Order: sequence, then C-alpha cells, then structure tokens
Amino acid sequence: MKKKTQNDKLLEVENLRKYYPITAGLFHSRVGDIKAVDGVSFHIEPRETLGLVGESGCGKSTLGRTVLRLEEPTAGRVLFRGQDITRLDRKGLKSMRREAQMIFQDPQSSLDPRMTVGDSIDEALLIHDMGDARERLRRVEELLDRVGLESYHYRRYPHEFSGAQKQRVGIARALAVNPNLIVADEPVSALDVSIQAQILNLMMDLRDEYGLSYLFIAHDLSVIRHISHRVAVMYLGKIVELATKEDMFGDPLHPYTVALLSSVPIPDPHRKKERILLTGDVPSPAAPPPGCNFHTRCPRAFDICPREEPFLKELAPNHWVSCHLYR
Amino acid sequence: MDNAILSVRDLRTHFFTKSGVVKAADGISFDLREGETLCLVGESGCGKTVTALSILRLVDSPPGRTVGGEIWYHQEDLLHSSPARLRAIRGNRIAMIFQDPQSSLNPIFTVGDQIAEQIKLHRHLGKREAWDLAVSLMDQVGIPQARQRAREYPHQFSGGMNQRVLIAAALSCDPEVIIADEPTTALDVTIKAQILDILKRLTEERRMSLLFITHDLGVVAEIADRIVVMYGGRLAESGTSADIFDNPKHPYTWGLIKCLPDMSRDQDRLTPIPGTIPSLIDPPQSCIFHPRCPRGMPVCTREMPPQITISGEHTVVCQLYKL
Repeated sequence: MKKKTQNDKLLEVENLRKYYPITAGLFHSRVGDIKAVDGVSFHIEPRETLGLVGESGCGKSTLGRTVLRLEEPTAGRVLFRGQDITRLDRKGLKSMRREAQMIFQDPQSSLDPRMTVGDSIDEALLIHDMGDARERLRRVEELLDRVGLESYHYRRYPHEFSGAQKQRVGIARALAVNPNLIVADEPVSALDVSIQAQILNLMMDLRDEYGLSYLFIAHDLSVIRHISHRVAVMYLGKIVELATKEDMFGDPLHPYTVALLSSVPIPDPHRKKERILLTGDVPSPAAPPPGCNFHTRCPRAFDICPREEPFLKELAPNHWVSCHLYR
Repeated sequence: MDNAILSVRDLRTHFFTKSGVVKAADGISFDLREGETLCLVGESGCGKTVTALSILRLVDSPPGRTVGGEIWYHQEDLLHSSPARLRAIRGNRIAMIFQDPQSSLNPIFTVGDQIAEQIKLHRHLGKREAWDLAVSLMDQVGIPQARQRAREYPHQFSGGMNQRVLIAAALSCDPEVIIADEPTTALDVTIKAQILDILKRLTEERRMSLLFITHDLGVVAEIADRIVVMYGGRLAESGTSADIFDNPKHPYTWGLIKCLPDMSRDQDRLTPIPGTIPSLIDPPQSCIFHPRCPRGMPVCTREMPPQITISGEHTVVCQLYKL
C-alpha cells in the first residue's frame, strides 16, 4: 500500500459510527440501534500513543475494533496513511493489516490452544508471505527474545504459560509483521499488578525501538497516564474530551473527566482528596439520554443540556471538550 | 486477642490435587477487631480468598481441606463448630459479599424476594415485615426508588446496583462481621467509588468489622485501618495502614507499592517485580518470595523466614530484620 498524499497523520478517524441493530418479533424487524460508537473523530501521529479511556460499555473496545475494520463501520471514514480503509477490498485490507495490528485483553482466548506459541506467531508471517521456513523460524525466535521469552518457548503450548507470558506472545505476534500501528485493547487489565508493570515497560520499549503508534484502550486511568501522549475520554459512544496527557490530568475540563479522575482510589492513605461522586449508572446505549448524553449524571448540568447536543470544541490548543459549560 | 472478634491462628488450607498438594493458605494468622476494617492484600493465587472462605468453612471439600489452625469467633473455634452452629453464624453473625454480584444472585427471583428470604430465614419475621425491611435496606445502600425496584430481577440491575443488593442482603441480619471478597473489582471506577463510600458509611454507623479482600492498593489506602499483605499462601507483612504505606518493610510490599503507575506524576519507567507468581504446589520450606526478591540472601533458600515485630503492631516475615 503506497501513500497517495504526504500525510503526517498515521491514522485519521472521521465521524465514525458503529450501530448494532436491536431486533424484535418473529421477523426480527429492526426496532432500534445500540449506538456503540456514535460519531467519533480523532487522529494518531506516527510514534504517538493515544490513550482511550472510559467505563465499561462506553464503546471503547468497539471503537478499537472498528478502526481496524474487525467490525464493519456503520458510517464515517478511517484513513490510514491517507487511505480510506472502510472502502478497501479483502486484498487491500490484508495489506493494511500488515501495518496495523491488535493486542487483545485476554491472552488466553486469543491464542489457539492446539498450536505451539511459535506456530501461532509464525502464522502471522505465513499469512503475509514473509520469508521462507528458515527465515521465519529465525524471525520468530528473534521476536520471542525481544518480548522477554526464550527460544525454547517456541514449542510450548499456551496452557504452559502464565498470563503475562501469554500476553508477551500476543505482543510478539502483533509485532511479527512489522506494523506501524497497534491497537491494544486493555492489554494489562487481566494481569496482576506486579506483572502489569513488566508488560507496560515492554510496550514502551518496543514503541521507542520500532517507532510504533498505539491506540491504547484501558479503563485504568493511572495506566493511561503512564503510557499515553494524548488521551481521549469516552462516554456512551462519544468522545467527551481529548487533550494531551498533561492537560487531561492537570486541567480536566469536562465534568465527566473531572469526576472520573476524582473517583480513582490513590494508593496513599494521607492524600485525602475531594471526591465527586457521580450518581446513578451509565445509561443504556440503546436509549441514550437526549441532548448531552451525560446530563443525567452531570453535577453541573443546566437547562440547555437535556435539549441540545454539545459537540467537540477546541478550547485551548489541542484541548477538545464537548460540553455546554464552555460556549 | 484483646478486643478481637475474629482471630485466625496459623490457618492451613490445602487442596489435594492430582498434581500435588496446593498449599493455598499456609500458616495465616491475624485478628479482626471490633469496628475496624482489615484489608487482606495480595495478588491472584496468594491465598486471600481461600483464607476468607476457610473462616466460614466454605471451601469445597474435596479437594480442599483445612488441615490446621484455629479460627476463633469470640470464644468459639469455628473449625470445631457443628454444621448447625455454622449455619446459624453464616449470614447471621458473619456475612459475606462476593466479587461477582451477578452470579451471587438467583436470576429467577426478584431482588426484594432474595433479601426478604434471608431475613425470614434468619430473623423469623413475617412476610410483610421482611419485605419492608428489605426495601428499607435497599434504600440504605443507595438504591433509588427502592420500593419499586425491589420487584425487579437481577438482570434488570447493573453490576453496581446488584452489588448494592448483595450488601443490603449481607446487612439484613445486622451482622458483626462482613467479609467482602473483592467487592469492587468487577465495577467501573465511578461505581467503585460509590460502593466504597457505602461500605465506609455503613461500617461506621453500625460499628461493624469488615474483612476486605482486594489486590487494589488504591482501594486499600481508601478503606483500611489495618493491612495484612499475603504472598504465596503465606503472610508477608502486617500493620496499620500508615505502617504499610509509609514504612513498608517486606521487599514484596516495596515492590507492590513501587510497581504501580502513579496518577499524580509522570514516571519514565515503572519498577516491576521481576519473575512470576509462584506455584503453590509443594512450596519450598524457605522463603517463597526469594526467587523474585531484590534483597535475597543465601539464608533465604535454606530457612523459613522469621516473623519479626518492627514496632507496635507492625510485623514482617523476612530474614532481613533478624538480629
């Protein structure tokens, strides 16, 4: 895939939507939509890590999968190096996937239990016709070494590995084809804390070494802060705030971001902080509230919020907020 | 054991499997005092859940068996109590809240019925009174429109709401002790904050003792009066919240605190604990943390580490502090 235009953005997502139909009755007629991703736009630059954070059901995983077209988008465009991947055919998609890979949350279920981990990694090379058997073997061994495993692990099966080792295999497999972009969906949330740090360090080393960009999806704000350059906060299928890490954590503007940051328990018993408790639960994405979809839980909602939908505005350079408070 | 309500002494619960004896809890001791919140902290497989289940004798047997130790609840060793006596204590005097609220509730009964059922069983109240009490408990744990929502089923509730239902059920008999096993782990951070708040308020109001099991040090800092750090089925360190966070002594505790990404400042690199969590099958008769320990010494592979008192209630199980 050759780039048509010189573009300093690796990935551009424009107004992306992913709706799942709700069907009912004998003939499964469509009675509504679950708006998992509802008009999301952002970009990622080369070597940049964009952290995507939000609570369960906010659509962050669906967004990650739709960006790689593991889910077919309902509307919107995804430009990878300037090329719209929502229009690619199978062949085009295959070559795009050589440059954009995914790491999944649960390393257990993303590895074939009947394949040795070496073969699992090799499969990625095989699919993309990368080298003969000997070259591929060397490459897989090199990858295992790079992610902190030994070459004898090649012939082992996934059940012989710990959760962290399996996640290392998942990372090696994503790296195998030399991608530029990796979408990592909660890659450390299934791991114990003492192990989590190992994987985060590894991912940051690899980023520097191979010049990778990450779309890093997580619900843990401290992990997001650690690894990201910029951060997007999602709520009910929409991005409510998008800013550099420094602005997001130093000067959050959206009431949801403020509440989210204040809810995180800090491992220091002396740091008592003002906590903004959000009342209620996240509404169902099948029937999001009208206007601003956060107004039902927002401590600062006022008359206009249930009526009019806010949109993302750039309040300060590179600090985007979608809230009526800032008109 | 002065004002301890619950005293666990040298608890050993082992699982007898085909591949060997898994020593899930191997010599655990601690006291839970009146009105305090004690956190059992550790990573997966450190034995914290098995310890909690052993207290109420809820470990599946076979393969599990508590092979040694004592569990004193007031003047009674629960390990020698009759099944009938245990049933009277469970839910009534010592209640338990589990991690996954969805699977702890019966999907075919309304949540109100499930709380009321427990009240009828333990407190011998009439149907009407039990129902009213159930509604009032749901109200106390912050479920809006409790009277209507009591008639709904668990699938109509979110995870956070179901966890409130379980807390309401646990409160229904006005227990002295609540054992909560990772009650906030499955919840989102804004909901987690709500549940922690409820637990803090209720334990204060009702002077209940809370044994809170978690791997999340942030939650621990928020809620604990005292802390017990476990590793590989054994005790590593225990003390007040300030002892553990300000003056941790065990190399594992150092590692646990240092490996966390910090929300309030930027760090270049994290400091992970090297290696992996040990297998508990036939663990060594020496320090089980030694293979991952930055301060390991030859003696650590030969002898069991001694338990050393640092100050007051602060104790650590480590060779480093042997005089």
